[in-house]
Amino acid sequence: MAETADGKKDEADYKRLHSFPLIRHTDMPEEMRVETMELCVTACEKFATNNESAAKMIKESMDKKFGSSWHVVIGEGFGFEITHEVKNLLYMFFGGGLAVCVWKCS
Amino acid sequence: MGNEEMNQKTKHMLQAPNVNSHQKAAVAKGVKAIGKKKDEEEGLDTAEGEEWMQGKTLVKPPDQLDLTEAELNEEITRVLKASNPNAPQNVVRYSFKEGCYKPIVFVDQMAIHFELEGNLVHKESDEGRRLMAKQAEVDDGGGVERPDNVAIKAAKREQKLTNQFNFNERASQTLNNTPRDISCQTEPPPRANFSATANQWEIYDFYVEELQRREKSKEKHEGQFLNKEEDKSKKKMIQAETQNDDISQLAKVVKIIERMVNQNIFDDVAQDFMYFEDASDEFRGEKGTLLPLWTFQYDKAKSLSVTALCWNHKYNDLFAVGLGSHEFTQQGGGMLLFYTLKNPSYPEFIFNTASGVMCLDIHEHLSYLVAVGLYDGCVAVYNLKKKTDQPIYNSRASSGKHTSAVMQVKWQKDDLDSNHNFISVSADGRLVSWTLVKHELVFTEIIKLPVIDTIPDDLKDVIPTVGTSLDFHKQKDYSFLVGTEHGKIHKGSKYYSSKFLEKYDAHFMNVTRVKWNPFHPDVFISCGWDWMVKIWDQTMKSPVFTFELKTSVTDVAWAPYSSTVFAAVTTDGKVHVFDLNINKYEALCQQKVVSKKTKLFNIEFNPVHPIIIVGDDRGHVTSLKLSPNLRKKPKEKKGQDLPKGPEVEIAKMEQLLSSMR
Repeated sequence: MAETADGKKDEADYKRLHSFPLIRHTDMPEEMRVETMELCVTACEKFATNNESAAKMIKESMDKKFGSSWHVVIGEGFGFEITHEVKNLLYMFFGGGLAVCVWKCS
Repeated sequence: MGNEEMNQKTKHMLQAPNVNSHQKAAVAKGVKAIGKKKDEEEGLDTAEGEEWMQGKTLVKPPDQLDLTEAELNEEITRVLKASNPNAPQNVVRYSFKEGCYKPIVFVDQMAIHFELEGNLVHKESDEGRRLMAKQAEVDDGGGVERPDNVAIKAAKREQKLTNQFNFNERASQTLNNTPRDISCQTEPPPRANFSATANQWEIYDFYVEELQRREKSKEKHEGQFLNKEEDKSKKKMIQAETQNDDISQLAKVVKIIERMVNQNIFDDVAQDFMYFEDASDEFRGEKGTLLPLWTFQYDKAKSLSVTALCWNHKYNDLFAVGLGSHEFTQQGGGMLLFYTLKNPSYPEFIFNTASGVMCLDIHEHLSYLVAVGLYDGCVAVYNLKKKTDQPIYNSRASSGKHTSAVMQVKWQKDDLDSNHNFISVSADGRLVSWTLVKHELVFTEIIKLPVIDTIPDDLKDVIPTVGTSLDFHKQKDYSFLVGTEHGKIHKGSKYYSSKFLEKYDAHFMNVTRVKWNPFHPDVFISCGWDWMVKIWDQTMKSPVFTFELKTSVTDVAWAPYSSTVFAAVTTDGKVHVFDLNINKYEALCQQKVVSKKTKLFNIEFNPVHPIIIVGDDRGHVTSLKLSPNLRKKPKEKKGQDLPKGPEVEIAKMEQLLSSMR
C-alpha cells in the first residue's frame, strides 16, 4: 500500500516536474520557435480541458502571424506522419502529458 | 493662290534673257506707244486747243534738247538689252559657310512693273464644282428643292470641313509596342516529411531524459574548476563536454588521435626518451653526451627567436616558450607557446602578444598562471584555463609600467591578502612588484638599481642601470640577486628598499643569467657575454670557480637533481654540461646541438626527467637527453638528504681554492 501511495506521489510529482514546455523536435528559426512555443503554452493553459479550442486558437494565430496555412494537433496519444514546409515545424511536450504538433503546409 | 499666280508670272519673266527679241519688240512697241501717246497728247492738245491752232506755235517743253536738223536726222542705234538697268551689277553677300564675302554672279534682272492677283478658278477643280453647286442652289432657290437642300446640306456637312487654302490629308498613329507573352512560376517552398508518436510513456521518458541532462550540466559547471587541474594533462576543456556541440566533442577525440599519430611518428624518439641509456658512456670516462630528442617549432614563429623557457611544475611534460626578438632594431610581435612532450608537432596553447616576449614564469602551485614580461615594458598574466587569447591582467594601461623591456619576472608567494604577486626587473633599472587584485595589476616599487659610478651626476636620473637577470633564493625568498648590463651582480632583500646588501663585480660585460643553487644556500652561478661562467659563494667577493667558454654565454641552469651539475649555452650553438663533483676545470660535455650560425639563448632542465630543452634564435626548441655520465648522483650518502652531500663537497672546494690562492 505504501508503495502504491509512493507510486501515486511519484506520478503526481512527475506531472509537476515535467510540466515545463519541452521541445521535442523543431526546425524553426530561433525567434519563430520561441514565439510559437509561448503561443502554444498560452493556448493550452487557457483551454486546459478543450484541446480543440486550444488548437483552433494556435492555428488562427499562426495563420495571421506567419501566413497560411497551419495545422495543429494537440493530444495525449497519437501517431502521425506529416509533410511540412521546411523550417516550419514544431513538436513539443507540455503539462506532463500533452503533446502539441504544429506545422505549415499549403 | 495669289502667291502661285505671282510665281507663275515670275517664271515667265525669268526666261527674259533668252527672249531678247520678244522684249525688244515689246519695248519697241512701248516706245512706239509712248511716241503715239505723245502724238496723241499732242493730238489731243491740238484737238482740244483748235483755237490754239491759229496762233500755232510749237510748244516746246522747257528742257527739250535743242538739236540741229542734221542732228535730228541722225540715226541713233539703240541696243536693247534684257538686263535690268536698275539691277545692281555686283552684289556681294557674306557666305557663312566660308566666312567671307563672296560676289554673287547671277543678279536678279527681273523688274516687276505690274501685278494683279486674279480670282479665276478652273471649272473642273473641287472648288470650281463647289461654287457651281452653290450657284445652282442660289438660282433654284424655292421650297421645292428644300429636302434636297437639306440632303445636300447634310451631305455637305458630312464632308469634312477642310481649310480651303491650305489643307493636306494626312493620317498618323502613335507607335504601339508589340505585345509579348511572359509567364513564370516560382519554385514552391521546400517540404519535408516528419513522423512521430505521441504517447504518455514517450512524453514521460523524454522529460526524464531532459531533467537528467540538465542536472549533468549543472554539476559540470560547478565541478569544472575543481576538476580542471586534474584534466590539465589532457588539456581538454571540460566546457566542451557540457555543450551539445558535435564539433567540440569531436575535438576531444581528435586530440587523442593527434597524440597517437605523433607518438607513432616519433616512436623511436619516445622510446629513446624513456629507455635509452647511452652504453658508450662507460668507455668515455668522465665525458657524456647529449642525445637530441624532439624539436619543437611553430610555423608562425619562424621569424622570432626564443627568449624564455619555463617548465611547468605540475605537469612535467608541459613547458612554455616565450618568443620575441633580442635585437633592438627588429621588434615585431611576440608569442607565448606551450608545448607538451606528448605532441611535438603543434603547440598546445598559442598566445599572440603585441610586442616580443622577453621573459616568462609559471606559478609554482597554480600552474595555469603565467606571468609574461614584454619588450615594450608591459607585464601580462595569462590564465591557461580560460579559453581567451587575451591575458587576464595586463599592465598596459596602469601607471608604473616599465619604460623599457622587462627582462625577468618571478612569481612570489601569495601576500598577506592571499593575492598572487610577482616581481619584475627591467631595463629601466627598477624592480617592481605586481599584485593581482581583482581585475587589475597593482604595482609596488621595490628597489631601483644603483647607478654606475662612471655616469656624471646630472645624467644619473636619466640613464638607468639595465637589470638583466633576477633570481630569488630558494629557501630565504626575501633575498634575491640582480644581474646588470654592466657586469655587476647586486644582492638585495625585499625588506630593504633603499640599498642593496652586496655588490659583486662579476663580469666585464652584460650578465645574462644569475641563479641560486637549488640546494646550497650560499652558492650562486652567473654567466655573461664576456665568455665567463662564474660560481660564487655569497660571502666572498671573488668567484669560487670560473670557466671560460670561448663565446658569449647566454644562459646557465643548475640541474635539479644535483647541486654540482649545471649546464650553459653559448652563441656558437653549443651546450656545455659541467659536474663540479667530477671535474672542476672542464666540461663533461661540450656539444653543438644546432646548425651553423644559430645562436642558443635559453636552457632549462626538466624537473623530473633527465632532459634539457634549449631555445635558439630561429624560434626552435630542441630537447636533449642527458647521457648517464652527466647524471651521476654523488654516490656517497645516497639515501641521505642531497644538500648535505654537495655542500660538504663545495666547502671542500672552497677550501681548496682559497688554499690555492
